[in-house]
Amino acid sequence: MRRRRALWFWVFVGPFAAGLALFTYVPLLWSVGLSFFDAHNTVTPTDFVGLDNYTAMLKDGAFTGSLRTFLLFTAFIVPVTFALSLALALMVNRVRRAQAFFRSVFFLPAACSYVVAALIWKMSIFNGVRFGLANTVLGWFGTDPVAWLSTTHPPWYWLVIVTVRLWLQAGFYMILFLAGLQRIDPVLYEAAAVDGARPGWTVLRHITLPQLRATSVAVVLLLVINAFQAFDEFYNLLSDARGYPPYARPPLVYLYYTALGQGQNLGLGSAGAVILALIIAIVTVGQARWLKLGKSGEE
Amino acid sequence: MDDALVRVGRALRAVVLVVLALLFLIPFYLLVRNGLSSERDITSPEWTFFPTELRWGNVRELFDDPSVPFARSLLNSALIAVATTLGTLLLASLAGYGLARIPYRHANKVFYGILGTLLVPAAVTFVPTFVLVSSLGWVSTLRGLIVPTLFSAFACFVFRQYFLGFPRELEDAAQVDGLGYWRTYWLVVVPNARPVFAAVGTIVFLGAWNSFLWPLVIGQDQNAWTVQVALSSFTTAQVVRLHELFIAAGASILPLLVVFLCFQRWIVAGVERSGID
Repeated sequence: MRRRRALWFWVFVGPFAAGLALFTYVPLLWSVGLSFFDAHNTVTPTDFVGLDNYTAMLKDGAFTGSLRTFLLFTAFIVPVTFALSLALALMVNRVRRAQAFFRSVFFLPAACSYVVAALIWKMSIFNGVRFGLANTVLGWFGTDPVAWLSTTHPPWYWLVIVTVRLWLQAGFYMILFLAGLQRIDPVLYEAAAVDGARPGWTVLRHITLPQLRATSVAVVLLLVINAFQAFDEFYNLLSDARGYPPYARPPLVYLYYTALGQGQNLGLGSAGAVILALIIAIVTVGQARWLKLGKSGEE
Repeated sequence: MDDALVRVGRALRAVVLVVLALLFLIPFYLLVRNGLSSERDITSPEWTFFPTELRWGNVRELFDDPSVPFARSLLNSALIAVATTLGTLLLASLAGYGLARIPYRHANKVFYGILGTLLVPAAVTFVPTFVLVSSLGWVSTLRGLIVPTLFSAFACFVFRQYFLGFPRELEDAAQVDGLGYWRTYWLVVVPNARPVFAAVGTIVFLGAWNSFLWPLVIGQDQNAWTVQVALSSFTTAQVVRLHELFIAAGASILPLLVVFLCFQRWIVAGVERSGID
């Protein structure tokens, strides 16, 4: 009986587990292996170089620069998206008329790909020439057109990069916050009203936000992990026929050009991937611990 | 006094919401406006809200342009998205059910092995996975685009959580009727678990249609381009034909908007689940 159960367990779980092992664990281990070899254009290298790839990677200004780019990007995108999606949720939750309409409109961009959004931003809204929408609006006020994506002083490209992601993601996180808001027990608000708390800031500060704690933790975690994996909008906004500019290279863009660009330095790329995988695992676990995920009473 | 204040607040909220909604819709409007404009209207320094003429011929021009394999890329994307969705649902739901319901000594270890991969997102492992897939000879094939993405730990996790909360009575009744695990699963569990299939399915479909990095890495040959890779290659090309670009972008999100609006209820359910893990 027990044997039969074990057999059935593997009938159900086996195909999935095998595939996951093959396409996640095997590449990971292989890549750890490759990272100790000089592997230009080959996946079965013979030239063992020890930790050279790692030291080369950590000494490479471009790699550490990409980590700084990620930190800067996170510093912009996480608070801004958090604030906007929370504000949208609070407003949509309270609105009486056309609630479904507003929810759909804010959520709709989530159906768009980063490629399409980047295309609209690059070719239309923030087009550096005069007919770009942003420059047209600036023109009404008599300001000269700005080359949004190629100006590095001041770094206007951050405005473009951050707003793309903000537009795409705000509605997604709004949905999470709306779900959180709907789980708050109305009795709490009634009790607050009895105690004489006026609806508004006090109630928000002492009831709504504390009750949204679990949702907020999840949102911050997802925002940081997603920012770490940013690739699509950077690549599509900034690269052109001449290649990718030397600034604003987040980790995955850097990795893409190192491992798969000219030279295909898979050893170096693997070392980079291992370092990034470690960072993201540490960040995820650390953040979850720090924010005490799971003790907050949500499912 | 307080009443007036509340009313002003309410009106203010409505105004803010309407303004934000319009801002959120601008990109969609630009997509349609530019997609149906002539090149001259798009680049004209005199910006107009409506183009001087609507050129539906742009659609035809896009599909007739031999330098751009757009129809092929749409077909590829559709095949990949459908196959990925069906495959993921099948594999992840079976695994989720097994983990939730079939007692087995090492079930916990297996579960943590699956859960652990969530710590290492696919985007970070794309280099090693590319190494593996290229040594299998799967570069520029549909296989290479689909198979490695079929094993979603996230989907498996959602299914497991759902099946843990599934009422046992139904399955017990099935066991009394002499059905084994396999037939119980297909005849009793699946028909009663449609909401979770719909929720996970729509999320996976959207993700597969919109994914970019993996198709970019694997789709090195034009014939294996997905619609996202095709769009990206136009955007980053030397000569950009704006009206074609915008109508192509419009064509690429049209199927999604339909899916999105028809299945919004399920997508919302899926998103809510995704935030809780």
